[in-house]
Amino acid sequence: MDQFLQHLVNAMVLGGAYALLGIGLTLIFGIMNVVNFTHGALYTFGAYAMYLASTALGMNFFLALPFAIVAGLALGALLELTLLRPLRGADIDTTMLVMIGAGIILQSGTLWIFGGVAKAIPSPFPDAPLQFAGVSISWLRLFVLLAAAALIALAYAMINGTRLGRAMRATFQDADTAALMGVNVRLIYTATFALGSSFAAAAGALLGPVYVVFPQMGDLAAVKAFAIVILGGLGSIAGATIGGFVLALAEEFGAGYVSSGYRDAMGFLIIIAVLLMKPTGLFARAERVG
Amino acid sequence: MPTHRIASIAALALGLMAAPAVAEETVKIGVNQPLTGPFAASGAYVVNGAKIAADEINAKGGVLGKKIQLVIEDNKSNPTEAAAVAEKLITSDKTPVMMGAWGSSLTLAVMPKLEEYEIPMLVETSSSGKITTSGNPFVFRISPPSALEAEMFAPMVEKLGIKKVDFLVINNDWGRGAAADFGKMLKGKGVEVGLTETMDAAAQDMSAQLAKIKGTDADTIMITAAVDQLTLLFKQMAATGVKKRVVTTGGSQNPDQIVAQAGSAAEKTMHLTTFLPWSPDKTPDPKATEYFLAEWKKRGYPFAGTTESFRGYDGVRTIAAAIEKAGSVEPKAIQKAFWDVELTGLNGPIKFVKSGPEGKESGQSKPGVYLIEISDGQIAEVKL
Repeated sequence: MDQFLQHLVNAMVLGGAYALLGIGLTLIFGIMNVVNFTHGALYTFGAYAMYLASTALGMNFFLALPFAIVAGLALGALLELTLLRPLRGADIDTTMLVMIGAGIILQSGTLWIFGGVAKAIPSPFPDAPLQFAGVSISWLRLFVLLAAAALIALAYAMINGTRLGRAMRATFQDADTAALMGVNVRLIYTATFALGSSFAAAAGALLGPVYVVFPQMGDLAAVKAFAIVILGGLGSIAGATIGGFVLALAEEFGAGYVSSGYRDAMGFLIIIAVLLMKPTGLFARAERVG
Repeated sequence: MPTHRIASIAALALGLMAAPAVAEETVKIGVNQPLTGPFAASGAYVVNGAKIAADEINAKGGVLGKKIQLVIEDNKSNPTEAAAVAEKLITSDKTPVMMGAWGSSLTLAVMPKLEEYEIPMLVETSSSGKITTSGNPFVFRISPPSALEAEMFAPMVEKLGIKKVDFLVINNDWGRGAAADFGKMLKGKGVEVGLTETMDAAAQDMSAQLAKIKGTDADTIMITAAVDQLTLLFKQMAATGVKKRVVTTGGSQNPDQIVAQAGSAAEKTMHLTTFLPWSPDKTPDPKATEYFLAEWKKRGYPFAGTTESFRGYDGVRTIAAAIEKAGSVEPKAIQKAFWDVELTGLNGPIKFVKSGPEGKESGQSKPGVYLIEISDGQIAEVKL
């Protein structure tokens, strides 16, 4: 029972971060229809921004986190303005190739600047874990879970409750009509990509201190993000959130009770099973937006 | 006039033809290491160690009167790339001998190319047993295979009071080989072997495996992984509340980096390593060790990298010794000369003994293996 609870707690923490990754990508891949191969690099970028802010710039941990998220937002906006805006209307293959290139440049740039040796981000929390009922969880992980939950709630509120969110949904349902209604469509594209990027950076900044930071950390994260988005249904925030937790549970319990050698395969087995039965994902809606 | 022109054209042509001869002739050594991908940091250390050896040898006049030229290629931590890199080094750069390829899976992928082109390779880091037992006569290894590590660890098992062991290993030839070889040795000593858990080379979250291991009655966890994953494991063990004896294998632990990054979570962990840079006077060749450490520091590399980079240093020195003995840069002559090489490496005498099926033996050297412990943030050899 202890072991079961421990696995459950582990899965919840992991699921929070997966959900953030999934939400970021579902905005870009699901809504904007851009196959974003820079998502993993943006996750890495968030972690390095956090590292730089908390070591070289000497920022407080809780200040460094929003700094990293804003840095991710800015990099996302830059990528959209320089790479995607000139390509609007180009076919999906062209965009995909450009994004693959951008992802490689970002990853190699990180390796070039910081080197391959992993970096550790100092954590302000005590080393000793929190213990209850035979389950232990580090304070840092608990904070990650809470911060992820807060960010997920924020994303949900923003998409569903603000003018910006409404404009986004309108734009990706029908860009022409939205433009006729006075929505600045170009700005919405940039804002959506930047927002999606900031979620990837947030996931990186939150998980950086839990793990270590190195240039290739985004590779596996990107694969998982795509899996989560497909699992949850394209463009659904709720789907990405639940997809993140389903993937984490599948991995954790698969590794715990079946075989750790197939840990990363478990998630994909679940996805195959879901797609066989529900090809549009768990939560795809007819409108596919929001 | 025409004769004049012909003469000047002839002179020009002669000059052009002679030009390449002016360029210095070098002895090429191929270096096949992971410089990007999950093992990038370790591969870069090995390359930097190799450069120190090449510069040292060149300063003393090189080999066979020629300067050594390292042809360094990145295998991207990927076995397919490692084989492609080997092919490129052999066919395009015409390197008569190579060093590589860090990881066991990378080295195993290169080995068929060695047989195909009949080019010898010095293996500096890999520890899977398969490398020297599969009958590839072009392989010469200076790192210990896990069976040898296990053999050296055997006398310590009882003294440490180990009764039951769980394994947690990286899911590749290196990790699974270590679990098999150490498992065999432990069973032979009457020690119980419990779980064998694996983790992907790129995995960052091992909490599921640790939660499983936490619940067993084993007193010791033996871990095989490289430094970054070890750092994560120790932090996650502290977070999951796993309190058992930890012994790591494989020699790619960079204990100083672990101390710096895992902090108190690494306290009391034990590591089987092959080099003692913390006490140069206890190494087999203190003068060489001190030279190497001083040169490493002078070039501004972190001390933590020395447990990895010394293999690149010893590897190139061994290759240079073989070329000198061969008296030529013919791959066949170098392959033969490896068997006669005898030098004192930073971690013990380097001398190849035959290993693997008869007639097609690989060369295996027997380096020292030491058990170290992290205690109060300090690293010291465990005296039993």
